[in-house]
Amino acid sequence: METLFFLIISFVAIISAILVVTCKNPINSALSLIMTFFCLATYYVMLDAPFMAAVQVMVYAGAIMVLMVFTIMLLNIRVDASKKHSHKIVFSSIIGFFTFVNLAYVLFKSRVAVPTGPYSADMIKQVGHTELIGKEMFTNFLLPFEITSILLLVAIVGAVILAKKKI
Amino acid sequence: MGIEILGLPMMYYIAMVAKVLVAFVFVLLTVAYATYAERKIIGHMQVRLGPMRTGWHGLLQPIADGVKLFFKEEIIPSQASTFAFLVAPLIALIPAFITFAVIPFGGVIEVAGYKIPLQIAAYYDTAAGQVYDINVGVLYILAMSSLGVYGIVLAGWASNSKYSLMGGLRASAQMISYELAAGLAIISVFMLSGTLSLNKIVALQSGFGGFEWYLFKQPLAAFMFFICSLAEINRTPFDLPEAETELVSGFCTEYSSMKYAMFFMAEYANMVTVCALTATLFLGGWNGPLTAAFPLLGPVYFVAKVYFLMFVCMWIRATLPRYRYDQLMHLGWKVFIPVALVNIVVTGIIGYFI
Repeated sequence: METLFFLIISFVAIISAILVVTCKNPINSALSLIMTFFCLATYYVMLDAPFMAAVQVMVYAGAIMVLMVFTIMLLNIRVDASKKHSHKIVFSSIIGFFTFVNLAYVLFKSRVAVPTGPYSADMIKQVGHTELIGKEMFTNFLLPFEITSILLLVAIVGAVILAKKKI
Repeated sequence: MGIEILGLPMMYYIAMVAKVLVAFVFVLLTVAYATYAERKIIGHMQVRLGPMRTGWHGLLQPIADGVKLFFKEEIIPSQASTFAFLVAPLIALIPAFITFAVIPFGGVIEVAGYKIPLQIAAYYDTAAGQVYDINVGVLYILAMSSLGVYGIVLAGWASNSKYSLMGGLRASAQMISYELAAGLAIISVFMLSGTLSLNKIVALQSGFGGFEWYLFKQPLAAFMFFICSLAEINRTPFDLPEAETELVSGFCTEYSSMKYAMFFMAEYANMVTVCALTATLFLGGWNGPLTAAFPLLGPVYFVAKVYFLMFVCMWIRATLPRYRYDQLMHLGWKVFIPVALVNIVVTGIIGYFI
């Protein structure tokens, strides 16, 4: 049952990921990208990480992509602006081929043996995913969390300075 | 217990399908009759009668409207971006409806020895003896409501008309800013409850004849959440995206027939969602007297609370004039967000000492 579900979601994810790069209209590409994010969120749910799934939809699909769509709309990129560039196709297909070889090698040759930590699926079900993430974030990972928040603060101040004419 | 499919009893599937069907048919009917109720209530508040001709006191009006819209000619503007134009109403409508999957509308009922929690995305674990629902219910609702903005933005852009584009831009700016404020407003509720699961939040508000409601512990948060949600779903007094006097009909100017009806339904479904969420978070959800003895009273109380809040929405619409755009942005960014942040800090300090 879960495998079948996984296959369906993967099918949609791959189709929409292909559409992201093949669509002529940038808005349709953006829509396909949102669909891909949605499929990724579904994977998180299947991996017993509902918090990650919700954040994935909220942050990526709900916030970042809205900004992207906004930008595309306001710039009003013409559909006919995307001409064919043959040398780009050759170059990118070489890169794509090597990436494929690399990924195939990793998939078939490597033994993925993840050390099992204290957080099993049962524990996540009992305590709750959000609670576990919160506890870890504010105890063991407090310093990275604070550094990230300072980084964001700097970015906010920068944005305000850029947007304001008179400071 | 009886037949099992893929490790789950047959009753599980029957109960799931039944819950989905009942909840969605009920929401659809509510949406249809909310349009009628709105016209009737506003009519009476303005000393008019409202719809009177179709059926007894106009009771068949929603059906007549539906039939009319269904048979209208479907127009796709020739300069429109066809794909985006076609999917925009769907993107607006679907998030509005699937939100109901996580809202608990009743306690646990027992049918033929099988316990069913009245919440779509939940199941009763007989071994643990408790209901498990989606752990991040509220985040799920916030995530879905943040997707609704795409429908409106795309509709505005794809129509290739200046009124639509202006409406779409206004709507998206408004929805993004008020989403933030609404999200910040309800954080203080989670600080009190310590969980994001809606089922547990409802359970925490039971007892003491309604005085455990978060409305009394977090009146400011309740007020702000309701107002911000009204702005987020573009209801009056914040319905600038479809300000008739300036923008014809805003983002859905170019739409006709069923696609227009879909936007209309999305608007009312969003209203039902917001009222249901407010009732769940602040008014105790399905809690009420005698729910322990008669579990079927739970849905009745829940529906009563939701309908009361919807009446408040319509009342506001009949009473208040529309905001100006700069006032709206000022209210969102410079009043609600700072007040919500202060509310979080105050809740944290009080919670630390109690």
